[in-house]
Amino acid sequence: MTQLILEQALNGLQFGLMLFLLAAGLTLVFGIMDMINLAHGSLYMVGAYLAAAVTQASGSFMVGIGTAMLATALLGALLEVSLLRRLYARDHLAQVLATFALILIANEVVRMIWGAQPMLLNAPDALSGPVSIGGFFYPAYRLLLIGVGVLVAGLLYLLVSHTRLGMWVRAGASNREMTEALGVNVRLLFTAVFAVGAALCALAGAMLGPLLAVQVGMGESILILAFVVIVIGGIGSIRGALVGSLLVGLVDTLGRAALPSLLREVLSPEVASSLGPALASILIYVLMAAILFWRPEGLFPARG
Amino acid sequence: MRPTKCLFALATLLLLGTSVHAAEATSVKVGFLSTLSGPGAGLGIDIRDGFNLAVKQLNGKLGGLPAEVIVVDDQQKPEVAQQIAEKFLKKDKVDFMTGIVFSNIMLAVGQPVFDNKTFYISANAGPSQYAGEQCNPYFFNVAWQNDNLHEAVGKYVMDKGFKNVVLVAPNYPGGKDAMVGFKRFYKGKVSEEIYTKLGQLDYAAELAQIRSLKPDAVFFFLPGGMGINFVKQFVAAGLSSDTQLFAPGFSADEDVIKAVGRRCSACSTPRTGRTTWRTPRTGASLPTSRRNTDVCPHFTPSQGFDAALLIDGAVRDVKGRLDDKEALRKALEAKHFKSVRGDFKFNSNHYPVQNYYLRVIGRDAQGRVTNKTMGTVFTNHADAYVAQCKMK
Repeated sequence: MTQLILEQALNGLQFGLMLFLLAAGLTLVFGIMDMINLAHGSLYMVGAYLAAAVTQASGSFMVGIGTAMLATALLGALLEVSLLRRLYARDHLAQVLATFALILIANEVVRMIWGAQPMLLNAPDALSGPVSIGGFFYPAYRLLLIGVGVLVAGLLYLLVSHTRLGMWVRAGASNREMTEALGVNVRLLFTAVFAVGAALCALAGAMLGPLLAVQVGMGESILILAFVVIVIGGIGSIRGALVGSLLVGLVDTLGRAALPSLLREVLSPEVASSLGPALASILIYVLMAAILFWRPEGLFPARG
Repeated sequence: MRPTKCLFALATLLLLGTSVHAAEATSVKVGFLSTLSGPGAGLGIDIRDGFNLAVKQLNGKLGGLPAEVIVVDDQQKPEVAQQIAEKFLKKDKVDFMTGIVFSNIMLAVGQPVFDNKTFYISANAGPSQYAGEQCNPYFFNVAWQNDNLHEAVGKYVMDKGFKNVVLVAPNYPGGKDAMVGFKRFYKGKVSEEIYTKLGQLDYAAELAQIRSLKPDAVFFFLPGGMGINFVKQFVAAGLSSDTQLFAPGFSADEDVIKAVGRRCSACSTPRTGRTTWRTPRTGASLPTSRRNTDVCPHFTPSQGFDAALLIDGAVRDVKGRLDDKEALRKALEAKHFKSVRGDFKFNSNHYPVQNYYLRVIGRDAQGRVTNKTMGTVFTNHADAYVAQCKMK
């Protein structure tokens, strides 16, 4: 029983931390620049494809991840300078339309280059088995994901709350005009934030590639979850993104694991077996609705 | 008055045109609707390639008439599939439809196709609904009824004396058929039936649950990319040391082995399904397929191959009179071809009666990981729903 609870908790943690990598970039872009970037998921996809391609070519997973992060950060910065910068002043509808177009373009380009079938990306052999800690088994690769997630969360915390750059970012998130008036080069800051967000996307894509599938359209499904996370956490708040991610990760995993058997206690097996999985898959949206009901601004609103 | 006359003349001409067409078709149009992108794409692409290979070997003809195969991707979305089917029926006016992989899509598309009196030749999806009460003269299946492969696995697991089994399948009509089929022949303890979301790729929560239940065998039905991920994560979680994995044949086709093979050989998982191409035709078709296309010699393409051959034989039989639906139906039922995977005949519900074999993943003489045929599980096996079918 302890094995089960611990394992499910770790699974939830792992899923949540990976969501956090995506949500952190998304919430900053949304919070600071007041820009809805639907193409965030496309950066995740591009990162995963680059990682898979470079890993296959070089034979090293580490090289694959590193190259993918750098290249995606570059692509993100390029995108910001060339296109997205022009959208900040526009309303949200224009932003949604433009970045949705980017999704379609990215999907087609990826399809043209790598084809419609999923690409193969395997974890390093050393990590493909389980590790055992005193009779407790857990997949080594998932443990690595947790480690990387915690590390990135720690680094982001240091960056945002203990450096000058982080101070500007927080200032930008809570009041953009005032920050500009105080002489901060917000344009450059925006480009930097966007590039970091893109790199985190690529990291998430590359790390999740071996676990999920590197395929066209992989960004859209996870983008929805990332939006749920930042809405729960409060738009623009890194801390909110972390708490939101962990909440979503845990609720989704535990819901999938426990809900069907809980329902069977009260309902007939037929009803429970069809209702359970359906209910488990909407559980995080129920969570979001509940949080929005009591805290419309999210758990940690960045703007006061 | 002149324009009206002209129009009338034109109308007569058109009528003449159609009536000539009605007597004898000059070409055969096939609407091929299948899942060609996303995690389920592997199966759709295999079926498409198998179908095209047959048409190619028949010199671009079906039943002696030039064949036009319109291939469209349904993106594994029922609503997209419905729109495409509509276009096939109304605009392209296809003579046959085929290709669908997933049963939920088949069930969404079926009725309009049947209402239009267009024959649907299923190369994969075999929902229980169309085998039983909703069976239809315009629906033929050259592959199986969904339950069948799972029944075979269930029987094998039962015969081998496994006592405690966990079942995993996606929450959609095909998944429900799988569980029912497995339990029809496996009478031991099922400690849990886990339904997952269709298209789910991360099985961490389900695997943790399996670990806590300590079954001696796990039966999973997860077509396409879902199965690849499940096996990979099953091994990564360290479950393969004391739990046997069982799956229907398509979960262990050569493409899946390529993706997970090295890991899977270590867990030596017996699986069930029919053998790969092993009848006399094999000799002719195998080398061609290896050289000219990327079709691996595994059994999903053979389903598409058979669908094309069924159409070919029937069109030849009715001498191109595709509008004589009654004659065409009889010709399809008569099945004027021999399947490449071992022969079968149609039951009264237009589903196949055939043998089911067991395959085990192992190494061949060259040390490659591949499927090996071990024996026959069912001989001339029919599905369980045929009695409920009142074919009109």
